[in-house]
Amino acid sequence: MLAVIATAFFALPFVGLLWRTPWSDVADVITDQSVRRALWLSIQTSVLATVFALLFGVPLAWVLARVSFPFRSLVRALATLSMVLPPVVGGVALFFSFGRRGLFGQYLDDWFGVRLPFTTAGVVVAQTFVSMPFLVLTVESAFRQFDIRYDDVARSLGATRWHAFRRVTLPAIRPAIIAGVVLAWARALGEFGATITFAGNLPGTTQTMPLATYLALETDPGAALVLSIVLIVVSFAVLIGLRDRWLGNPNEVTRS
Amino acid sequence: MRAAWILIPLLGWGAACSNPDDRITLHVFATSSLTAAFEEMSEAFEASNPDVDVVLNVAASSTLASQIRDGAPVDVFASADQANVDKVIDRVIGEPSVFATNRLQIITEASNPLGIETLNDLADPSVLFVTCDVDVPIGAYTAAVLAKAGVTLSPVSLEENVKGIVAKVTTGEADAGIVFVTDVLAAGSTATGVDIPDDLNVIASYPIARLSNDDEAEAFVRFVTSSDGRAILEQFGFGEA
Repeated sequence: MLAVIATAFFALPFVGLLWRTPWSDVADVITDQSVRRALWLSIQTSVLATVFALLFGVPLAWVLARVSFPFRSLVRALATLSMVLPPVVGGVALFFSFGRRGLFGQYLDDWFGVRLPFTTAGVVVAQTFVSMPFLVLTVESAFRQFDIRYDDVARSLGATRWHAFRRVTLPAIRPAIIAGVVLAWARALGEFGATITFAGNLPGTTQTMPLATYLALETDPGAALVLSIVLIVVSFAVLIGLRDRWLGNPNEVTRS
Repeated sequence: MRAAWILIPLLGWGAACSNPDDRITLHVFATSSLTAAFEEMSEAFEASNPDVDVVLNVAASSTLASQIRDGAPVDVFASADQANVDKVIDRVIGEPSVFATNRLQIITEASNPLGIETLNDLADPSVLFVTCDVDVPIGAYTAAVLAKAGVTLSPVSLEENVKGIVAKVTTGEADAGIVFVTDVLAAGSTATGVDIPDDLNVIASYPIARLSNDDEAEAFVRFVTSSDGRAILEQFGFGEA
């Protein structure tokens, strides 16, 4: 009974959305210049944010899983804080640290001439900030589940530490990395609060799909519905693609 | 059916929200530039009508209009332009009346560090200028002023409402924007206003509309347009209707 209610609770909003969608306008909205700009910007920024999350997140996950050091749990909490934080709060925090008058942002501007608010770079920073924890958590738990003895065996057979990591550990946790990448990317794609607070809103520069959707609701609700459908289709495709790897037997993570 | 028990408090809460007790709740939708003035207005109205709770909802007039169109509970709508009242005109009871006017001013950081003096100064590419979309009243008024002055600007961001422009400028993220004189006044020492000459300025008229048949809604509109209401509006820098 409760499961039925839960299912209905998840399904009904989509039914409502699909019901109200002006299907005859779909082609018009999707080919609209400003929508294509928002979609393209969203794709570019979310992919970049995912690349940064991967680049910095995997080493961080490895350190958290394998290296014992003081305040490790504090570091882990910090690394995942932005996941539980309301994104707007994350945006405000970024604003007062990396904004033009922010604690660190003023030096970015003075020394390097780097300005994050109102720039596409700011969007990527906001997206990376909120999406990296998803990758770190997923990959860290895979590192933990992976039996370190495989690594030890490889090294006893003469492999260097890096070689063992690259040829033994990484292939073994590949499914977790893929799952982490997809989760982080989906989170970056959907990012709204931190982006609008920190990076602002300008078509072509900082106005991503979620911002365009929210703002279209006021002026052109039909367009907002179509934009929502586009985001849902993308998210759904990702979930389905992920299903086998992610929702499969957790033991596969350690085996493969 | 045990599940139903879990839902009961939830449903009760949903119902309670619309009517906490015997007191009357009056939903007043006011455009962002009225924030401080209408907070004061609501308090004064509640003081003379102790059985009424005024619930204030402030946002851009365009946001409020779209909320009203989507069926949000509303008794009174005070907009910064007629265009957004027109969007919901089929729900308006009686004639909307203009209760206040406002003018535009350039807003800069406190003490105007860039020495901005004219609208033309805003066109300097190093000046970070923020505004709103033309659907938001301040965005439309700003576009009108810039058209009159023959100045073309490329904003770095389109904020959600006029208070968003104020926030971006007072925190130093942006250098300047064009807002209502009342917003510069409300920002106090955190911002400096630069006058726009009369021949380039526009007069923004604020209409107030009644959207429910409740006596309290009518009383609130009457209060806003009374001499007491006038005095509050003047105190916050609004001009006479």
